Amino acid sequence: MSNTHLHAGDAAHGHNAIAHVASIKVLVGVFVLLLILTGVTVGAVFVDLGALNIWIAMGIATVKALLVAMFFMHLAYDRPFNGIVFIASLVFAGLFVSVLLLDAREYKPNVDSYRALSPLVPSSSN
Amino acid sequence: MSTTPHSTAGVAAPLPHGGHGAAAQGSHGDQGHGHNPDLAHHFDTPVQQFDAGKLGIWTFLVTEVLFFSGLFCAYSIWRSLHPEAFMYAHHYLDTKLGATNTVVLLFSSLTAAWSVRCAQLNQKRGLVVCLALTLMCAFGFLGIKFVEYSHKLHDGIGWGESYQPHNPKLFTTLTPSGHYKGGKYVSEIAAERGLAVAGVPYADLDVPGKLAIANELRTEFLPEPPTVRTFFSIYYGMTGLHGVHVVGGILVYIWLLVRALRGRFHSGYFGPVDYAALYWHLVDLVWIYLFPMLYLIH
Repeated sequence: MSNTHLHAGDAAHGHNAIAHVASIKVLVGVFVLLLILTGVTVGAVFVDLGALNIWIAMGIATVKALLVAMFFMHLAYDRPFNGIVFIASLVFAGLFVSVLLLDAREYKPNVDSYRALSPLVPSSSN
Repeated sequence: MSTTPHSTAGVAAPLPHGGHGAAAQGSHGDQGHGHNPDLAHHFDTPVQQFDAGKLGIWTFLVTEVLFFSGLFCAYSIWRSLHPEAFMYAHHYLDTKLGATNTVVLLFSSLTAAWSVRCAQLNQKRGLVVCLALTLMCAFGFLGIKFVEYSHKLHDGIGWGESYQPHNPKLFTTLTPSGHYKGGKYVSEIAAERGLAVAGVPYADLDVPGKLAIANELRTEFLPEPPTVRTFFSIYYGMTGLHGVHVVGGILVYIWLLVRALRGRFHSGYFGPVDYAALYWHLVDLVWIYLFPMLYLIH
């Protein structure tokens, strides 16, 4: 209980001795931004930009992810090491996906020529 | 019990313990050392304890990112090799339900972040309210997911070999950019034409009967791309793994709510509330990507 009393004064002023306290303004502001971006990403579906659509959708998702990570997850105020650890995982996940994509495309001609020889039966008629 | 070299010295000389990165910031909480019930004996200060726990949960989140990345890989490869299956199959997903679930999850992230604030500021009633709201949103998300899953499975849209739709959507046109247009469900077409087997209308038929009508009608419409079943394997795999994480979050938040009701958290001890919120935000982050990847294909 000693800690409760120790920090009661701090708490009344919206501060905490152990970690940064997010203000209500920031929390609600980020939430509203996230809602707006969700609306934008749903709306963007109705604009046909071809291959660009998926990149726009992923771009908006990344902005949303950044907002969540920086403010809801406190990375903007946190020790940088936690952020570095997290970013490292994203870098490795990106490496994983992109290298496997390159590899998968490498074999597409083989798959296509195999398909041409023995066309797959449409799954509906099995 | 002098298991740590600090525990005896701490009584006489409260500060500082050299060599710890957190020691400088930890000076506030150091009094009452050894008596603080919320400070594990192997930590010097509440700040050190909090930061260690935080690094621990971030490390766990890293393994979660890599865990999910396997499925993101499957998705990327399959979509790049078979875009037509995605252009076709997304017509089975309900964007409204997906968007609703996105909003539900975003709101639960807000309440989770707010619960940390409440705990940090000794707002015990606010903490209970925020935790309860987060829990309710988690249940709401699962409820909507259940509606989506059961609707699909009812129509025979399962994963892999259990993808045997007896009420498929059939299309009349394929645009040059690969969009399927003029879609109608077999149930609609059968109702319009009054299709029946041995006098039994489509709606009252059993599954094999419905499959027979569906397969007959298919020949009049565009053929279905051959790898749609794999789209649904990926769909169920990704949303299923995400759903399992939501269930995990529910268990954690029930535990937090019980402890919060007992008044266990306060400005000097709120680590578990913060760590659970970080986990919950990651579950939200994954959904932020899943929603456009699965529901917003065009």
